[in-house]
Amino acid sequence: MTQLHLCLLISSALFCIGLAGALARSNTILVLLGIELMLNAANLNFIAFWRFGPSPAHATGVIFVIFSIAIAAAEAAVGLALIISLYRHQRNIRLQDAVRLKG
Amino acid sequence: MVLPVQSVWLIPALPLLAAGIGALTPRGGRALAAGSAILAMAGAFVLACLALNGSLNSAAPLGSVHAVHNFDWFDLGHGAVRLGWLLDPLAAFMCVMVTFVGLLIFIFSLGYMEPDANFTRFFCFLSLFAAAMLGLLVANSLLLLFICWELVGLASYLLIGFWFHKPAAAAAAKKAFITTRIGDLGLLLGLLWLYDSTGSLLFYDGGAGVLESAALAGLAGHLLAGGLAASTAIGLLIFCGAAGKSGQFPLHVWLPDAMEGPTPVSALIHAATMVAAGVFLVARVYPLMSADTLLAAVPVHALTVVAFIGAITALLGALIACGQSDIKRVLAFSTVSQLGYMMLALGVGSWTAAIFHLLTHAFFKALLFLGAGSVIHAAHHEQDIRSLGGLRPRMKVTFATFALGMMALAGVPFLFSGFWSKEAILHAAHEWDVSQLPLYAGLLAVVLTAFYMTRLVAETFLGQPRTAPAAQAQENSAVMTVPLILLAVGAVLLGFIGTPACPWLQARLSGEPLHSSMGNFFAGGGLMFLSIVLVGAGLGAGWWLYGRQLRATAEARDPLVVASPTVMAALANRLGFDELYAATVGRLNTLTAALADGLDRWVFGGFINFLGMLGVFSGMVNRQVDEDTLNHGFDSVSESIRGSGRRYSRAQTGEAHGYLRVIAIAFVVLAFVLVLGGVR
Repeated sequence: MTQLHLCLLISSALFCIGLAGALARSNTILVLLGIELMLNAANLNFIAFWRFGPSPAHATGVIFVIFSIAIAAAEAAVGLALIISLYRHQRNIRLQDAVRLKG
Repeated sequence: MVLPVQSVWLIPALPLLAAGIGALTPRGGRALAAGSAILAMAGAFVLACLALNGSLNSAAPLGSVHAVHNFDWFDLGHGAVRLGWLLDPLAAFMCVMVTFVGLLIFIFSLGYMEPDANFTRFFCFLSLFAAAMLGLLVANSLLLLFICWELVGLASYLLIGFWFHKPAAAAAAKKAFITTRIGDLGLLLGLLWLYDSTGSLLFYDGGAGVLESAALAGLAGHLLAGGLAASTAIGLLIFCGAAGKSGQFPLHVWLPDAMEGPTPVSALIHAATMVAAGVFLVARVYPLMSADTLLAAVPVHALTVVAFIGAITALLGALIACGQSDIKRVLAFSTVSQLGYMMLALGVGSWTAAIFHLLTHAFFKALLFLGAGSVIHAAHHEQDIRSLGGLRPRMKVTFATFALGMMALAGVPFLFSGFWSKEAILHAAHEWDVSQLPLYAGLLAVVLTAFYMTRLVAETFLGQPRTAPAAQAQENSAVMTVPLILLAVGAVLLGFIGTPACPWLQARLSGEPLHSSMGNFFAGGGLMFLSIVLVGAGLGAGWWLYGRQLRATAEARDPLVVASPTVMAALANRLGFDELYAATVGRLNTLTAALADGLDRWVFGGFINFLGMLGVFSGMVNRQVDEDTLNHGFDSVSESIRGSGRRYSRAQTGEAHGYLRVIAIAFVVLAFVLVLGGVR
């Protein structure tokens, strides 16, 4: 059990928690929260593979993660804006009720 | 003052303008329509006098009296179609006559048409007629002449049928139009042939015109099949048009019927001017008509035909006039007869005598017609001379002027114009070296003319009134009698411009020097004496039969009918020409029409219907193939696409959780596959 394995286990656990949350909750904000958790699990993998990988001298993993976090922030902003307009339309934010686009 | 030839178009333009004004005037604008028509006619008369003055005093040498002004009308092919104005004494004299007589008749119409509701329309048509007639006179192109010729025909149609609510008037208008159209077809063919042969339709064009020596020599020298000269054939075709318009023998039937129109129309168009257009046309193309006279070998000369047709018409018209009892129809047949005289004169080679007679005839015949109109107006449209009578004390002016006109027409010697012009014609016929038959026909017609005119005056004016309308008749107002007086003056005095002693008119027309001496006054000699005796015989016979013992009642039988009922019935029936034409030409036309109808309906129509049914049938086949075969295939394909689309759309629930779930399951499956698949 190396430090890398430990990190991977933690990130897997984090991903599963996030997935379970996203699938189980009906509150759209909480679903978004779950998705963010899964994203961060992936970020943790990046850091772990960089830190315990063959060339930890270069800051490659950190750059990846910084980009990823920036995109996640933008995504969270868009997601929250969508939720606000969803609320305006149906006076709640239950994801099960937002089915107007079905085929 | 003179009118230069460039401005001669103003003469017809003035009445045309008046016609335009008349056409735009509402019914109430009587004064405007009549005033503009009369003013335009007076202006045209003044211009015509100026033109005559210029034409007579032109500085050009004698013999070349034709002043022309030609211009391009429009470009066609390699050249331009050219029209032009022509001013020579012939055109100028005719213009003065037409405008003067026309002006008087316009003024007379003021009174005659006063009760009519369509007063403005009448003056519009009269002006249109005058414009067309004057345009015909000053045309220097056969094409322009033909255009005006047809316009004159149209105006005549409109005016004969002016009272179109009367079926007889409508039928007469149609008859006049169609009969003259038969002649006009000949004129059109002659025109086309002339253009084909010479490449020009201008009469005079500085040596290149069709009436000038170069073109005439070519036409006379070109012999057709049968030895006929081209100029003869073209001349005869043009004469067809003239015969139609001037009521010559085979085509004379329309003229008496044309009397259904208002009487001023009869006076203006069917006595004085329009019917003279045919005579004028032959006189105008006289060089062409006479181009073949020097050829000895040709089977017939154009002018010989003209002379014989004229002689037949003169005799026939005079004969039928003796059997008519409608005042206007007597005069109409008298017109036919006099036009025959003019054609006779043209045919025997004296076109100046023809024009002389045309001018004098225009005056005294217009006078007679207006006199008849005055009688008809006063007698409440009673036209049958058997029902009139006794008008002399009631209508003194009308009687006096009518009697002067009658004596001019009958050819009472020395004082009256008709005598001199008729004498000139008989003299020319006597000198004709081809045949003396036209002379005999003319002499016989002299007797008959004097006879029927005596009868007409005696029955109408003498004795006691035989019916109520005649008894109530009163003299008309000055607007109707003044034109009568002026025309009567002309009818008497006009003869003195062309007496044998001083043939001023003839010299001016032909451009030859004038030989005048009092010694020539009786140059006619024996012939003049003979014709005076014949006139006396006609007058005497008329007096003996009709004047000596006047008809007592309207129903009393005519002495001639008592003497020879069959002959007089045939004459009253106009020798059956109408019936003859109805039985031959009319029936042929009906048969041809029926044949054409059947051909159209059954043969051509059947073929077209067959083609149409073929089209409908192939359309039905096409539709079956389209709907059952092609559409079916496309329908099933699109139906299946739609079905599968419907099935797939069910997966699109719109629930974000569902999608997420699918992604997660797929992810887990993928992870298992990767891990268990032994991917390193």
